[in-house]
Amino acid sequence: MAEIRNYTMNFGPQHPAAHGVLRLVLELDGEVIMRADPHIGLLHRATEKLAETKTWIQALPYMDRLDYMSMMSNEHAYCLAVERLLGVEVPVRAQYIRVMFDEITRLLNHLLWIGAHGLDCGAMTMFIYAFREREDLFDMYEAVSGARMHAAYYRPGGVYRDLPDSMPRYEVTRYRSAAAAKKSNQNREGSFLDFVEDFTRRFPKAVDEYETLLTDNRIWKQRTVGIGVISPETALNLGFTGAMLRGSGIEWDLRKKQPYAVYDRLDFDIPVGVGGDCYDRYLVRVEEMRQSNRIISQCVKWLRENPGPVITDDHKIAPPSRVQMKSNMEELIHHFKLFTEGMHVPEGEAYAAIEHPKGEFGIYVISDGANKPYRLKIRAPGFAHLSSMGHMAKGHMLADAVAIIGTMDIVFGEIDR
Amino acid sequence: MSAKIQQLKSAIESTLGGKVAGLKEALGELVLEVTAQDYPAVAKALHDTPSLGFEQLIDLCGVDYSEYGEGTRSGPRFAVVVQLLSVRHNWRLRLRVFADDDEFPVVESVTGIWSSAAWYEREAFDLYGIMFSGHADLRRILTDYGFVGHPFRKDFPISGNVEMRYDPEQRRVIYEPVSIEPREVTPRIIREQAYGEPDKRT
Repeated sequence: MAEIRNYTMNFGPQHPAAHGVLRLVLELDGEVIMRADPHIGLLHRATEKLAETKTWIQALPYMDRLDYMSMMSNEHAYCLAVERLLGVEVPVRAQYIRVMFDEITRLLNHLLWIGAHGLDCGAMTMFIYAFREREDLFDMYEAVSGARMHAAYYRPGGVYRDLPDSMPRYEVTRYRSAAAAKKSNQNREGSFLDFVEDFTRRFPKAVDEYETLLTDNRIWKQRTVGIGVISPETALNLGFTGAMLRGSGIEWDLRKKQPYAVYDRLDFDIPVGVGGDCYDRYLVRVEEMRQSNRIISQCVKWLRENPGPVITDDHKIAPPSRVQMKSNMEELIHHFKLFTEGMHVPEGEAYAAIEHPKGEFGIYVISDGANKPYRLKIRAPGFAHLSSMGHMAKGHMLADAVAIIGTMDIVFGEIDR
Repeated sequence: MSAKIQQLKSAIESTLGGKVAGLKEALGELVLEVTAQDYPAVAKALHDTPSLGFEQLIDLCGVDYSEYGEGTRSGPRFAVVVQLLSVRHNWRLRLRVFADDDEFPVVESVTGIWSSAAWYEREAFDLYGIMFSGHADLRRILTDYGFVGHPFRKDFPISGNVEMRYDPEQRRVIYEPVSIEPREVTPRIIREQAYGEPDKRT
């Protein structure tokens, strides 16, 4: 009789379903996974070490590049940590803007996740549907920060500038007729907030469309129901946070439990799963999109009615306005010091965590009073989730490994840092 | 100080008693320091005692204190900092343990208590060279296969020690000492207190 041996297989690092540069060493018995050992670090850029050599403000744009699917959420955690050390008060309008963009970011992230997860499990159309809405969200990013992805819009003390009064419009070119441009510009005639409001009105219908495609889809259910089941106790022990934890039935959301910014003034619900499998996590995230939409529309309403400053007026932390800087010696000195030497953060340490689209994203900073961080540690939710790959994939079929990677919402920018 | 932190503080004091080497509250966060000998027992007590209830290890990281405050600090060099979270009580705790030996820092592993510690300890080992005794699988995690050194130590240069290129003659990828000159655009400065604010100086 022939000897039967387990088969070891390399999955990645260049595999379309690996969501980046994941090398997964799988030990297979037939098609059943006996052992899964993820090898990470192929995208390691030593962000934390780089931050130690940059001033506090220069370190901020690196945060965008961590989880490059939810840029502003990362910035938010960093700003919260620095603000806690500085003891600076953030204007309420800035906090509302931050919450609004956190939720826009959540939509961006979840839309990519639903598209990629669908694609992995054979629902090609999802990707195209999700990217239709992502386009509008990227336009919002671009309108406030000038960049479609790596915004660097939040700053310690507030946000860089106020929301614009108008949206950029499509122009007529050789490739775009006047009629097409007019059609594309329909919802761009008013202010930025008009555009966001128009989006919040359209979006619930878009989510309905996603649900039509997936929720009762037989193939989708066969691929996700009962796959990667995690009990609540195991989920806690493995360090799960966010939708991964809520999918297992634990009601835990930092926006509710340890509210930051203005989440305690907003009305929204936290969806919780029952079974702890991939399908429950899918349902949780879809409902989160609906709730995010609710939060965004509440923020739009508030922001319309309450103009005000969007960044602190402490010029040791935030730069003075251009006009002030040109006309006032004191402000000129502040401006010069801030952009050459940078701000000094008092000695101490702080850990600030936010409810990132993927889970708890935390920034732990140690300052020794210098103009640069002494130590910056990024707590990436995906790192803890991926570390449970061996536990979750064991006993499943090879094809389910792809569904499990998809449900974890893996992005290598944050895992490898 | 909020009532919640006060409650946690007294719970820790009553449970751990003499094992507490330092318990401070700063900026609304509670920091517990323990010695390396007491660390495993303290971790177990924090996890198992219902009145503390830290079911989750959120983060674990190494810290190299060798250049802290421009070298004005004395004491052990390496520390392991753990961020704990209790979902049941909704509170957090930061646990810090210094490794006794600077040359060969060893700390007991807590993977038996919190499974999530496994990768975090691998990371701290990889980046700082802190050994975790009792860890079942202490391999490098973030750096390249065959990497030499521990890159996050303060004496490791930011540009690294070796660079890699394809050598057409040998027809393979080779490693060479780095050709980059170290350069610092903005120097690191610690100013005296209330710098630039003469009226606030004491």
